Amino acid sequence: MPAATRMRVCTPPLNNKEGRLLLGFMWKYRTLYLISIPGILFFLVFKYLPLLGSVIAFQNYNLFAGFKGSPWVGLEHFERMFRHHDFLRILKNTLLLGTYDILFAFTAPIVLALLLNEVRLALYKKIVQTIIYAPHFLSWVIVSGIFVGMLSPSSGIVNVILGWFGVEPIYFLGEDSFIRTILVGSGLWRDVGWGTIIYLAALTGINPELYEASQIDGAGRWKQTLSITIPALLPVITVLFLLKIGDFMDYGFERVFVFQNPLNIQNSEILDTYIYKAGLKQLQYSYATAIGLFKSVVGLFLLAIANTLSRKATGESLY
Amino acid sequence: MALIGREHWSRKLFLICNYLFLTGLSLSMLLPFLNVIAQSFSGAVAIDRGDVLFWPVDFTLNYYQYVFDDASIWRAFGITVYITVVGTLINLAATSSLAYPLSRTEYVGRKYVLLFVLLTMIFTAPLIPQFILMRELDLVNTLWALMIPTAISAFNLIVLRSFFVQIPPELIDSARIDGCGELRILWSLVLPLSKPALATIGIFYSVTNWNKYMDALYYLNDRKLYPLQVKLRELLINDDLVDTGNLPFDVSSQSVQGVQMAVILVATVPIIMLYPFLQRYFIKGMLIGSIKS
Repeated sequence: MPAATRMRVCTPPLNNKEGRLLLGFMWKYRTLYLISIPGILFFLVFKYLPLLGSVIAFQNYNLFAGFKGSPWVGLEHFERMFRHHDFLRILKNTLLLGTYDILFAFTAPIVLALLLNEVRLALYKKIVQTIIYAPHFLSWVIVSGIFVGMLSPSSGIVNVILGWFGVEPIYFLGEDSFIRTILVGSGLWRDVGWGTIIYLAALTGINPELYEASQIDGAGRWKQTLSITIPALLPVITVLFLLKIGDFMDYGFERVFVFQNPLNIQNSEILDTYIYKAGLKQLQYSYATAIGLFKSVVGLFLLAIANTLSRKATGESLY
Repeated sequence: MALIGREHWSRKLFLICNYLFLTGLSLSMLLPFLNVIAQSFSGAVAIDRGDVLFWPVDFTLNYYQYVFDDASIWRAFGITVYITVVGTLINLAATSSLAYPLSRTEYVGRKYVLLFVLLTMIFTAPLIPQFILMRELDLVNTLWALMIPTAISAFNLIVLRSFFVQIPPELIDSARIDGCGELRILWSLVLPLSKPALATIGIFYSVTNWNKYMDALYYLNDRKLYPLQVKLRELLINDDLVDTGNLPFDVSSQSVQGVQMAVILVATVPIIMLYPFLQRYFIKGMLIGSIKS
């Protein structure tokens, strides 16, 4: 039984009574293990196997020769990556967007949740929540369609409204100075409401007596927020923050790709979109994988640092 | 809060500003949508002049006519419906099949398997090895490429498992004593009890499947297989793909933007229609999933 064999690795040696009891126990529930095999296989094949495939970053991978037939070139692709004339620019875009993501996209839902928490009218709160959760369900293609339409120099409402103030129409998406703002802004538009769900839930878990007690002591709402609400949210914030740091380099392929055009590409090309173009479009498999590995390694590194810092500072950590 | 009778004026001011801000925020999410709807019904001249704000100007149904007449749009729509329905069924089946065993204490080593799964949330393989794998499995350029690699989402797995854990072991044990096999227990006992959780992750999966774009871009070459989002994207960026020759020969109604807005609407209408019913499910789901993670 394959399942029993695999499980054997995790259990005590069989040359004692416990081991045999355990195996008997597992045999009794063997169907359970059988049912779980497809799922485990799924993760093995589709999540872990490609990780092993990253080894082609160190080869000159040839589709027809496969792994065994392709020559090994060591760090050649990494050197090529660092020497690429656009590497610094692309890396800078990636890092900048990652930073904006943390500065704005991470903090905004927290602030919004706190603001929503102050609303007393239940019906109003419900209506607002329904509206702000909605954009999350739209695909990035649609979001970009909406934003491109709004920002159009001829017919977009943004320029129409600017026109009321006598401002000349601006081709927002055609100038690279605006593109990062547009990327961050569209991200906020789509996800800020959705992000409040967790925080609002955590807020309901705060003991109301804490607020009453502080009120007797004469604390105003602001003071209450600082000394009760935020500390109570700290565990949730920390975990989510650490997860966010882990995704620092993964701003998102689709959300950037849909806004790119030749005019704004200077500031909008990130590692993920470049990997797509170099890897799938230009068929430079090994090179693109090297870049992908680089990205993952940096991300893990940041996560490890952040986790350690967090454990030292607040005692909370992911692992 | 009932202790203090008077509110300081600064509190009142804050509340007013808060309401203003929240209303403004909600409007900022609603209005662009109204703008899209309005443009999709408006005459070409009005659109180009920027006259259309939130209500159609020079009402016309021509763009929708165009959309309904375009077979390739319907094809893409059909494909998206297919991968949403079939894909979500696959998702639910696969996720349940792993979540159920992992929720039972009889499953020795479940901590390890859980860790095994959780790790995949942190370590993701680069694109090219994934692509090569798909190629090796002969999944490239098939619709399966959109449904199988994403069959189980670690997040949804955890949500479902958390729900399964709450099913009393006594219930399952008594079914076992009655002679039910595990599969039968899963199918006839556990799943019916778990309808809310299944609905929740079903929604998450469905939305992901409906919005599939990236995977189609990576793995599909055959244009006939393109799902709706890819087709939509094509129409949005290639203004000349919109064959204005198909529109009735009436200058006032030939606007590429109008057609684009109409297609956006068509792509979004199913989500809009279902959205009000889904709200309480996904909120609950998000809570469970996040806390467990």
